[in-house]
This record gives sequence, C-alpha cells and structure tokens, in this order.
Amino acid sequence: MAIQTPAIEVENLVRQFGDVFALDHVSVSIRKGEFFSLLGPSGCGKTTLLRCIGGLDIPDEGVIRIDGTDAREIPAHKRPVNTVFQSYALFPHLTVRGNIAFGLQMKKVAKPEIEERVKRVMDMVQIAKLADRKPAQLSGGQKQRVALARAIVNEPSVLLLDEPLGALDLKLRKELQIELLALQRRLGITFVYVTHDQEEALVMSDRIAVMRAGKIEQMGEAEALYENPRTRYVSTFLGSCNLLEATVRQRTPTGAVVQTTVGELRVEGSIPDRNKFTLAIRPEKVALCAPGESAGENRIKVKVVEVIYIGSETHYVLKAGEQPLSAEAMNVKVGHQGFDIGQDAVVHLPAAGLLVLDD
Amino acid sequence: MRRPSFPLWLVSGFLYVFMYAPIVVVIVFSFNVAKHGGPWTGFTTEWYQQLLRPAYSIASELKVVEYREHIKQLELRTLFNKISEILLQPRNDKWSAAINTGILAFASTILATALGTMLGYGLSRYWFPGKKLFSLLMYIPVVIPDIVMAVAMLSFYAMVRDWLGLFELGMTTMIIAHITFQIPFVAIVVRSRLAGMDPAIEEAAHDLGASSWQTFWHVTFPLMLPGVLAGAMLAFTLSLDDFVVSFFTTGPGATTLPILIYSSVKRGITPDINALSTLIVLASVIGTLGVTLLQRPAKPSGG
Amino acid sequence: MANRHQGEVRFGEQLSARGQLLRSALTSGPSILWVTVFLLLPLVGVGVISFLTRGEAGGYELPLTFGNYTRFAGWGFFGYDLLYPQIILRSIVLGAGTALLCMLAALPLAFFIAALPGRYKNLALTLVLIPFWTNLLIRTYAWQILLAPESWITRAVALVGLIEPGTPLYPSAFAIYIGMVCDYLPFIVLPLYSSVEKIDWSIAEAASDLGADGKRVFWHAILPQVMPGLVAGVILVLIPAMGQFVIPDLLGGAKTVMLGNAIQQQFGPSRDWPFGSAIAFLGMGVVLASLWFYARYAGEKGGEII
Repeated sequence: MAIQTPAIEVENLVRQFGDVFALDHVSVSIRKGEFFSLLGPSGCGKTTLLRCIGGLDIPDEGVIRIDGTDAREIPAHKRPVNTVFQSYALFPHLTVRGNIAFGLQMKKVAKPEIEERVKRVMDMVQIAKLADRKPAQLSGGQKQRVALARAIVNEPSVLLLDEPLGALDLKLRKELQIELLALQRRLGITFVYVTHDQEEALVMSDRIAVMRAGKIEQMGEAEALYENPRTRYVSTFLGSCNLLEATVRQRTPTGAVVQTTVGELRVEGSIPDRNKFTLAIRPEKVALCAPGESAGENRIKVKVVEVIYIGSETHYVLKAGEQPLSAEAMNVKVGHQGFDIGQDAVVHLPAAGLLVLDD
Repeated sequence: MRRPSFPLWLVSGFLYVFMYAPIVVVIVFSFNVAKHGGPWTGFTTEWYQQLLRPAYSIASELKVVEYREHIKQLELRTLFNKISEILLQPRNDKWSAAINTGILAFASTILATALGTMLGYGLSRYWFPGKKLFSLLMYIPVVIPDIVMAVAMLSFYAMVRDWLGLFELGMTTMIIAHITFQIPFVAIVVRSRLAGMDPAIEEAAHDLGASSWQTFWHVTFPLMLPGVLAGAMLAFTLSLDDFVVSFFTTGPGATTLPILIYSSVKRGITPDINALSTLIVLASVIGTLGVTLLQRPAKPSGG
Repeated sequence: MANRHQGEVRFGEQLSARGQLLRSALTSGPSILWVTVFLLLPLVGVGVISFLTRGEAGGYELPLTFGNYTRFAGWGFFGYDLLYPQIILRSIVLGAGTALLCMLAALPLAFFIAALPGRYKNLALTLVLIPFWTNLLIRTYAWQILLAPESWITRAVALVGLIEPGTPLYPSAFAIYIGMVCDYLPFIVLPLYSSVEKIDWSIAEAASDLGADGKRVFWHAILPQVMPGLVAGVILVLIPAMGQFVIPDLLGGAKTVMLGNAIQQQFGPSRDWPFGSAIAFLGMGVVLASLWFYARYAGEKGGEII
C-alpha cells in the first residue's frame, strides 16, 4: 500500500484554560477515509481537540495539518472540514433547504448546482419531504439528519462530529449509528467522531483514541483496544474489567507465575521487569464452572453473590475470599443456567485472558 | 396550582381599580362641559372637536396636493416638501407639541437603535481593555434618577454654549439627550437576545464557509433582529413618555406633549388637556396590545 | 491568559487582540463616545460645579468651596437649619415606603395572575402592562381630580370621619404615596410575576406534607423562590422613586419637597447651580451606593440587576 498523506495530523497540541490543560501534548494521525473516534468522559479534551481541528479554537502550542497543509493560520471558514454540532446548531430562521444550501451559497456556487446538490443530499439522508420546514418544526432525529446533510453537502475532506447522537433516545441512536456508518463507507469521507459512549465507539470506529485529562491514553483499532487495554483506565472505561494486583513469583519462558489476592495464577505473554503490576481480565473471559471442576491451573473457588439475568446472557457477581470478581456468560443452555445466589462454584481464569497492565 | 381564592380576587380587584382609577377619571372628565375643570357639569365632545380640528384642515389641504402630477414628473422632493410643509405648519400649541414629540421620538429612536445595537453586539462579542468598567458605566443612564441626568446635560449644554456657541437649547439638544438615555436600554435588550443564542450557531456559519461579514449578515443579524426591534420599541416609548429630561433640555418652540401637559396642569386641569391625555392613553393601549399580539410566539405547525 | 495576546477564536471567528480592539472601536466605540461625552463628562461636570460658587447672575464661578455641601448638611446663611437634611431623609423614606407598599400590593396581585387559567392570565397581565406603558404624568395628575375636595373619594373619607368635610386630600404626603404606589405598582408586578410563574410548587407541597402550616410554607418554601423577582422589582421602584420630582411636584405641594424638587428648584427658579449640583451629586451618590449595596449583599441571593 502506498504511503498516503494523513487526513489530519496533530503534533504536540496544547490547549490551556487557566490552569487546566484541556489538551496536554496530544499527537495523533488520522488516515484518509477512516472512521476515527475520540472517546472519553466529559472534560477529557476530546471536544477541544475537535474544535482545534475545525478552527473553532486555537491551540496554544503544536501543529495541526489537514491534508498535509499547516492549518494553524487558516480560519475556520477556509478549512476543508465541516462540523456536525452536538446541539445541531441549525439556523432557526432558515428552512431545512436553506440550512443545507448555506455552505454552498457562502462559497458562491452556481444556483442550479446548489439546487441539484441539496436535493441529492436530502434524498441521501431521507429528509426531502421536510425541505420547507423550519428547524423548530423538526424532531430530534430529523434535526440530526439536517445537521449531517448541511455538513456533507460541502463534500469536506474531513467531517467532524461532536457527539452527534448524544441527545437522541437509545433506539433512534442505534438506528442512526448504522446509517451513519453506511453513509461514511459510501461517501469515503474521513470521520472524526467524538463520543463518551464506549459501545458507540466500538460499533462504529475503525480506530479509537481513548482520552483522559487532555491526553490520549491509548489508541488503536476497536478490537485491539478492547482485547488489549494497556491501562486500568482504558480497561474499565472501554467495557468492564476485573483488576487483580499481582506479584511475580517466578518468570517462565512463556510468561510468569504470579501471586494475587485470589491465589497463584499463570500469566502468558511479555512480563514487565517490575515485580508488581496489575492484571486485568474481562468478565466474559472468566469461565464459571461447577464446584467439582477445581482441577487444573488458574482455577479458583468462589461464592456466587449476585445473579443478574438479562435474557441472552447472565452476569454474575462472585467473591473469591474478599476479592470480588465479575463473570458474564451467554445463556447457551436450554433452561436454568445452573448457578444460584449463595452457591459455591469454581472460576477458570484462562492464562491467555489475563492481561498485564502498564500501571 | 389552585384557582385564586375569594380574598385574593377581592384584593386584586381592588388593585386593578386602583391602577385604572386615574386613567378612567381622565377619560371621563375629557367629556366634561365645565371649561376650567372642577366638578362634573355635563357631557360634551367639544374638546375632541377642538383637538382634531387641525386634522380636518390638514386632511383638506393634503387633498388638494397634485400627487399624480408630481409623481409623474418625478418631483418627489417637491412633493415631500409640500407634504411636510402642511404637516409641520403651526396650527395650535397641542398640535405642534404632538408633532415635536413625534419628531423627537422618531429621530432619537432611529439613532439610538443603531448605536445601541452596535454597542450591545460589540459588548457581547469583542474584548477590549477596560471593558468591564465601560460596560458598567454605559448602564449609568439606566440607574441614575432622570433629574440628575437632566441637570447634568443642562449644565453641559450651557458650558459648551458659553465656549463654542453650540447647543442652543431646543429640538437638537433634546434629541441628543434622549439618544443618550435610550442607548443603554437598546443595548441591554440586544445583548440579552444575543446571550440567549447558541454560540454554536455562529460557529456553524463559519464552519460552513461563511466569512465574518457573511456570518453577521446571514445569521447573526437576522437572529438578533427581534431584539433590535424590541429595543427600538422600548426606546420609542421611553422617548414618548419622557418628561424630566425633555423639560430641562428643551428650548423655546420645542415643547413636547408631556411638557405641555405638565405646564397646563400646573395652571389647572382643563377638559381639553384631559381629551389630549385620553388620546395619548388610547395610543398607549393600542401600542401595548399591538406589541403583546406581535410577541405571541407563532405556533409550530405540523411536526 | 497568555493566549489572549496571541488571538483567540470567538463565535467561530479568529481574532487577534488588535482585531478585537478594532472591532470594539467600530461597534461599541461610537456609543461609548456618545454616552461619555453627553452624560459621563457632564456628570463629572456636575461634581466640579458643586464645588464652585454661585455667580452674580446665576451661573457659577471660582473660588472653590465646600459651602454647597455644608449648606446641604444644614449650616445655612442663618445658622443651622434642618431643611435639607429633612429633604434627603424624606426622599429616602418616600423611596423605601413606596417600595414597601408596592411590594405588599404586588405579592397578592402576582400570585393572583399566576393562578388564573391561561386565557384570563394573558388578559390580567395585559391589564398590568397598559398602565405600565401609559404616561406617568397623566396617571399622576389624574389623582388631583380624584383627591380634590369635591370628589367622591374625598367625600367618602370625610364621611367616615378621617378628615374634616371640605378639606382636600391633596396636596399632601398621603397624595404623594397614593400617586407613587399607583405609578410604580406595575414596575414590581411584572418581574415578580415572572418569578411566581417559575415556582416549583412541589417544594411547597413537600413542605406542607412535612407538616408546615400555611404561613411557614409561604416563608420557607415559596418566598425564597420568588426572591429574585421581588428584589429586582424593589430596585426598579426604589431608584426612580427616590429621585422622583414630578409626583411630589404635582401631588405634594410646597411642604413636601423631595430631593428631585430641590434640584429642580435650584436649577430652575433659584438659579443656584452649584448648590443644585451638590444636591444632584449627593442624590446620585445615594442611588449608586444603594445599588452597590444591593449588588454586594442582596445580589448574592437575589440574582441580577434588571
């Protein structure tokens, strides 16, 4: 594959508000045509990063390149990017058609072309019927579509989306996630998508950057990020995780044997030089077995404290001595799944599922 | 919330009567026969006829203007001069006071709305050193008693007149004074309108490729326009109602309706002043109802 | 912020500090200049004149003196005289009294309007707006008719025995209060009503569920919620009421001179501008001081001015 110029390149970006670093030396490179998500809780700096890329905020330090061009001195209205705002920010005095045509009119595109392109985009996001309405007469989902149409009609090289589905109810959000993804694949535009919803990020993104306190904590493809979180923060923010403090007992060629609060465990993979670290294991990797099946490595006796039945799967809260553990299992058996509150059981923590964290 | 209780009805009813008693009494006594006020002696519309007599003569004079000829020959300036000559011709003190009040209110409102809108926009959008202090100082006309404002301007005009020979008291000084106290009111209304707007809307305009001018004319201005109009309405009413500032900054030949009413009342209330006041009250009622109806939000249709 | 000097983005627009200054000059500049030239400097001028001496034929001249202020404090040409200290006290009492009476009247009225069903609510509100927008002068002089010796009201009051038959109710301090409350009532009803509309009644219900009686529910669950409107309304009444000159002039007569009338007297018939300026300057001081006091103390609970 030929080396492409990245759509967005950010180097050592700093943005300070008073004493608070909204962006603390952030560097990231976003590929052309990629669906890239910035994931983190509110106040982590993800929206600030998006605004800096869009030209709605100026970084104090650092470089932003859009399509290889230094964008620092380019004002917002000349950047080849468009934003879908969290509040939609539709122009209340213009109709849906007027809103969508706005960008093209400002660039003095010829009238027939504007008409043609607006119509095409309205068909694409299925709002042709609403063309003559004012924003006040639209539902949340409709506004969202208009905001999207208004941005993509300009055929930007990058589309910035700031929690675009945040204000919608769950069902509509799921529908629009799929539509948005299909649209992105069809248009081939680079999407930079800000969200605090980890599931949304996992469903939609090619790559995700998890942000925390103005820094990118970890970045990677959705699957890699989920399967291999590097820090406690990422492991618990993206999905949930059991965390165990571990002390190295013995190093082996394939890994190590460690002592934890639940007993001795064998761990695979590269082991850091430190003797103490944190182990993480996803609840769905924790295999719950009958009390008799205690033979073999990494098996621990537990007590079932809570059983949460949610239809397709069941979540268990367990206790190994004082250490709480959670486990999740698909309800593959027909009928009762076999574990009740207060019952003794055994869990198997497969060595491959035990992750060594950096912090 | 529960319905108002009987004692609440009673108290509120009394308060409404209390607020309307002076208005009603002015209207009633405008139909009184007694020439020099005093008790009720009988019903007449004489005072209204006297008041409106100039209107009849104006109407008849306006009728004979040859509009078509002028418009055909594009002598619009001549036409304008003719009409304004008829309107502005001195007829009686009440009529010229009304004309003066109108000129004062319109001239000051137009200028104050332009200035106040710019101020409101500037203060809500741009930073400059000392902005906090200046935005406080700009609101002084709102908070100081009008008599203090009035004498300050009076002495200022006197000082400048002594030095430079400018500012002979009259319509110009009155217009300047009115603009001064109208500016902050317009600015407050415009500013609160701007403060209620989602900042992302203007960001969106820039984001979609609009330059600063384009954003202002296509987005910001249309959105702040209701605030500008509301500010202008407020400024206009303040000018119409003002007595104190006008009283101190006016000069010979520039009497306004409030000044006329005040000086007449000081000599004794007469039915013709009541008739004049009634017409002013009528105008206020129409104005209030008009604004109330205009401000009623349009119902969203469909959905 | 260090960043301000490099420029920042506001409302999507990238501006340097110089750009902001330029735009401020173009937008706020003309108005600031206007108000400064035509009001702020003249106010300073009033301050300066108040330290000058009255000229032979009116006007003012050197030398500088504190005489105008000491005269206002009571040390006149003929020894100590309480006239002016009384005037200032009377004005403050009039302002505070008017504000108090308006507040007592506005509370039931605002709750009444808020309790009406939709259509009648708009009507009741419009009925408050009409006097609000009607010329104050007209509404004031009308009380001369209403309180004249031959009016029904005066006769009724005489019949009850509160006054001698045939004596007028105006001019008097009573007439001033009537005129003041009548004129300023709408100014406090409107902001108070908008607070009453926003009351969360579930708090009051919770309080009465918890056993609070009517009085305590009002004091602890309702009054705090309408405080912002009440305070704003009181300010809207108090300030113009203290400086009023038309209402005392038309309804009060010679015995009840207020600050406003005293200023008018000096700038008008007496032609003693330095002394008038001193009174005006002090009057402004009283108003600005009470506003500052409000912003400092009451403002913390009461919300914003205006």
